Amino acid sequence: MRIERDVMYIFIATLFLMVAIPWVTGQLSEEIFFEWPFFFEVAIGGLLAGVMYSLVALGFVLIFKASGVFNFAQGAMVLFSALTLVGLNELGLPMWLAIVMTLVVMLILAVVIERVVLRPLVNQEHIILFMATIGITYFLDGFGQTIWGSEVKILDLGIPSEPGFYFDGKILINDFDLIAALIAGVLVITLALFFQYTRIGRALRAVADDHQAALSVGIPLKHIWVIVWAVAGIVALVAGIMWGSKLGVQFSLALIALKALPVLILGGFTSVPGAIVGGLIIGAGEKIAEVFIAPLIGGGIEDWFAYMLALAFLVFRPQGLFGEKIIERV
Amino acid sequence: MNIRKASTHIIATALIAGSLAGASTAFAADSQFIGSLVYRTGPYAPGGIPWADGFADYINLLNERDGGINGVKLSLEECDTAYNTDKGVECYERLKNKGSTGMPAVMPLSTGITYALLDRVVADKIPLITSGYGRADAADGRIFPYVFVPPATYWGGADIAINYVASQEGGYGKLKGKKIALVYHDSAYGKEPIRTLEALASEHGFKFSKFPVPHPGLEQKATWLKIGRQLRPDYVLMWGWGVMNATAIKEAAAVGFPRDKFIGVWWSGNDADMIPAGKAAKGYKSLQFNGVGSDFGVHQQIKNELYAKGKGSAKSAEQTGEVAYNRGLQSALILTEALQAAMNHYGNKPVTGEQVAWALDRLSITEDRLKEIGADGLFDPIELSCVDHLGKGRAKVTQWDGKQWKAISDWISPNSKMLRAMYEASAAQYAKEKGITPRPCG
Amino acid sequence: MIYREAGEFKTSYQKDQAILSIRQDNWFMWAIMAIAFLVIPVISSEYWLGTIMLPFLILSLAALGLNVLTGYAGQLSLGTGGFMATGAFAAYKIAIAFPELHIVVVMLMSGLIAAGVGILFGIPSLRIKGFYLAVATLASQFFLIWMFNKFGWFTNYSSSGVISAPPMTVFGDNFVTGPYATPVAKYLFTLSLVVFFALMTKNLVRSNIGREWMAVRDMDIAAEIIGIKMLPTKLKAFAYSSFLCGIAGALWAFVHTGSVEPLAFDVNRSFQILFMIIIGGLGSIMGAFLGAAFIVLLPIFLSNAPAMFGFNISVDLISHIEFMVFGALIIFFLIVEPHGLARLWQILKEKLRLWPFPY
Repeated sequence: MRIERDVMYIFIATLFLMVAIPWVTGQLSEEIFFEWPFFFEVAIGGLLAGVMYSLVALGFVLIFKASGVFNFAQGAMVLFSALTLVGLNELGLPMWLAIVMTLVVMLILAVVIERVVLRPLVNQEHIILFMATIGITYFLDGFGQTIWGSEVKILDLGIPSEPGFYFDGKILINDFDLIAALIAGVLVITLALFFQYTRIGRALRAVADDHQAALSVGIPLKHIWVIVWAVAGIVALVAGIMWGSKLGVQFSLALIALKALPVLILGGFTSVPGAIVGGLIIGAGEKIAEVFIAPLIGGGIEDWFAYMLALAFLVFRPQGLFGEKIIERV
Repeated sequence: MNIRKASTHIIATALIAGSLAGASTAFAADSQFIGSLVYRTGPYAPGGIPWADGFADYINLLNERDGGINGVKLSLEECDTAYNTDKGVECYERLKNKGSTGMPAVMPLSTGITYALLDRVVADKIPLITSGYGRADAADGRIFPYVFVPPATYWGGADIAINYVASQEGGYGKLKGKKIALVYHDSAYGKEPIRTLEALASEHGFKFSKFPVPHPGLEQKATWLKIGRQLRPDYVLMWGWGVMNATAIKEAAAVGFPRDKFIGVWWSGNDADMIPAGKAAKGYKSLQFNGVGSDFGVHQQIKNELYAKGKGSAKSAEQTGEVAYNRGLQSALILTEALQAAMNHYGNKPVTGEQVAWALDRLSITEDRLKEIGADGLFDPIELSCVDHLGKGRAKVTQWDGKQWKAISDWISPNSKMLRAMYEASAAQYAKEKGITPRPCG
Repeated sequence: MIYREAGEFKTSYQKDQAILSIRQDNWFMWAIMAIAFLVIPVISSEYWLGTIMLPFLILSLAALGLNVLTGYAGQLSLGTGGFMATGAFAAYKIAIAFPELHIVVVMLMSGLIAAGVGILFGIPSLRIKGFYLAVATLASQFFLIWMFNKFGWFTNYSSSGVISAPPMTVFGDNFVTGPYATPVAKYLFTLSLVVFFALMTKNLVRSNIGREWMAVRDMDIAAEIIGIKMLPTKLKAFAYSSFLCGIAGALWAFVHTGSVEPLAFDVNRSFQILFMIIIGGLGSIMGAFLGAAFIVLLPIFLSNAPAMFGFNISVDLISHIEFMVFGALIIFFLIVEPHGLARLWQILKEKLRLWPFPY
């Protein structure tokens, strides 16, 4: 991956502002408590939380990259996969078997979506496909709850939730966050290798670049779409496991999609590394803002701040940090 | 193959449920209609399902055991709001004219729906009962003739929480210089206790800080870093909702904030909120305006009359002790007691909303009556009047032991005098904006 | 046959430029107006007027606003809820501060304030396009809701942050807000406003402003090259769109519910309005109404349907089935006609031209 120069500048400016603004507000206001270990604790907590956002954003990116569909149903897929996993587990299947079965279910789902929704809508405008995924969202929400019920379910991975360890004696780091970040990291590396070195991965990249050219060299577009949706399903399952063990498996899981959207536009809709970097920036940015800026204006700014931050990046890079440059011709 | 199995299962249950429901709604023509707005689906369903089950079970118990109220059968119809205000208003409008006399009272179970119905219930003359939610200032019955808020309000809850903290610390005098934080859902609901807590802070000299959590509250790391690592308050109160509760408890654990110094309001004290938090929730405390557990006479009767015969609403009889279930029981109890009082006065036939409002204006559920029902200790007696639409407003403090709630205090009374003045001031402002002339009382 | 315009001759430019240039269209529209103004208030129950028609009309107005922005000017927006909230809170502040103002004036002023806010949040659209813009407008959505929630000034320091509409009349004793307003009065008031703004929008999109918007939508670089200024054109679209959304929000708070908290205009509302215009048809006045009908009426119909046909299914299952059927129908309609219900209507008209004869 080649990093363009203006992206470098944006990075440096961001890093500088992220440190400078809290420091300044800390000096100016008595309400804000600024101390370097605490700052790093917030920043690290934010980075780790950001990885959790990236997990969800990744699913969006995969599908957008390969089929140009802004998949609104990603949140519903996270919920559906987690519900299926826990539901199967409760039916008495051991965890590993439940995971395998859930993967099979997600594969079937991908096939059905390709057959029923994508194929008849091939070559339609983006917004129409977007709307179709909203139909999928409604359907999945209803379907998942019909089968597995609306009660809250527990997904216990056995990761302790009490305070983790102190780095340097002062900075508290949470075990759960760290493990989640590790899992996300492994997933991203696997995906990157898959895209870079396998036949299917190369085909996927070809489709992403140009549908027609890919078709003309003999890449079966339909299969590719099924594969991409299935991979997005796997990513949804991983996100569902991590978020589900954090919040309990319940309908609210579908709402995390809203936390992934700013990550998505900051990193760019088409870039896997973008989703990771975007997640890190959004995670750290919103936590730092909430702790060091929010007390000045009343608190609870996390949600819109993430979007504003993404918006600020877009003003400099309208296609996101690592998105493909939009080239327009008349 | 799993999906197929599950789907045949669904169809089978649908058919069974359909035939059962079909049998149970074929009531006599002059039965008393009861409309119930529930949320069995949607993001908050885990807390809504037990409430709906408790409500339905109590109504069914009266039908099975006594043949209704004063010989008038009760016919219950649920409408699912999914905790969505638009749907809730639609449900209310759909149900309000059903049955021979219309809906006798509405319990919307949501702040948003409550606000959307405030004007409508006045026009329709249907009492709006908001047990432990909605507008606290509706305790002033002169300005809100059709709104009833027993058994407790958020303002009272805030006062009770501070009262409890003071008793833990050894008196109100010891509160001086203590730090108390409030974590709240950043909405109309979550902001309700702020004014009370601010007044109490200036009165007793503790330092009050507030931490809003944006809806839906899936991410609270920053909030808890501020609380647990920086401010380090002596106590944290929580006005949380749905998934926000479990997340807050987990984050509190992650920063090592002691759970037994962490007190939630009743809506942060559902069993469904504790379960996802797992071990982290052990020791966490919550206010409840009802007792906990299922060791009461009324539960026993429900198990004998309904669950033993397969007529219970919940999946199993074990779920009858959940906090939200008991709340559903309590709401049903308040409604049916009012229905009975109205029937005693207006004759044993279905009653209208206006007649129920009359009965609610003088509702009296005494300790003896509760004993008779088998709910003494489970609920606090309620006495309402034309002026006072709240009653005592007492609540208990309970603690989660990892599996269930345990009551750790007796009923605690809020400071009625201060709160009454606040209710009346706030109601007066509402009356001014809306151009309402207070009705004369007594 | 039914829809054949043969034999209709236009003898003046004025006639040629009429909104409904075909006689049948004209009749049809007058018939709809007559039904809406005269028949529906008489035959509908309170439930229909207050619970179905009123939200339908108000959300149609919001959809109309968004359709100007997204359907005509091509700017994808998810900030509708925020602009509606702006309208609602502005109306509340104005109505409380100046109780003597007439409700129509209050509505218009709140619309203007929403328009100002719309211009402000429309500025990034100069650089950001497509889905990036859609997600970026969520910033305004979340920010505005947060702001109304946070600062007590907007709610006159009410402890819960809820605003309640004062009772207001149109003329004489005809209350349209507050507990003593009849559903018929509310309905007719809203209907009049909505019809007026629909007509205004229809004329606006046929004017040079509308043509500029469409040029920008179809290809903004080309539009710029032929001399359309990006900044004023896009901002005009944001302003007019937010104006309509603001009025819709004020109507929602004042006429429909009476009391609202900011969460009534949360991001789900924005999505709901966007769904309406996509399902109804982008770039069509008719589409806004058809889409609103689809999104508002269908779920109500679905949740009532089992009872209507005599099935007694538990309420949670009804809700789940409602979700599934609703989702499936969205996909079904998109596959049948990706350009929305308005396009289906046009196809129907074409067919009626020849029907019942094949040629």
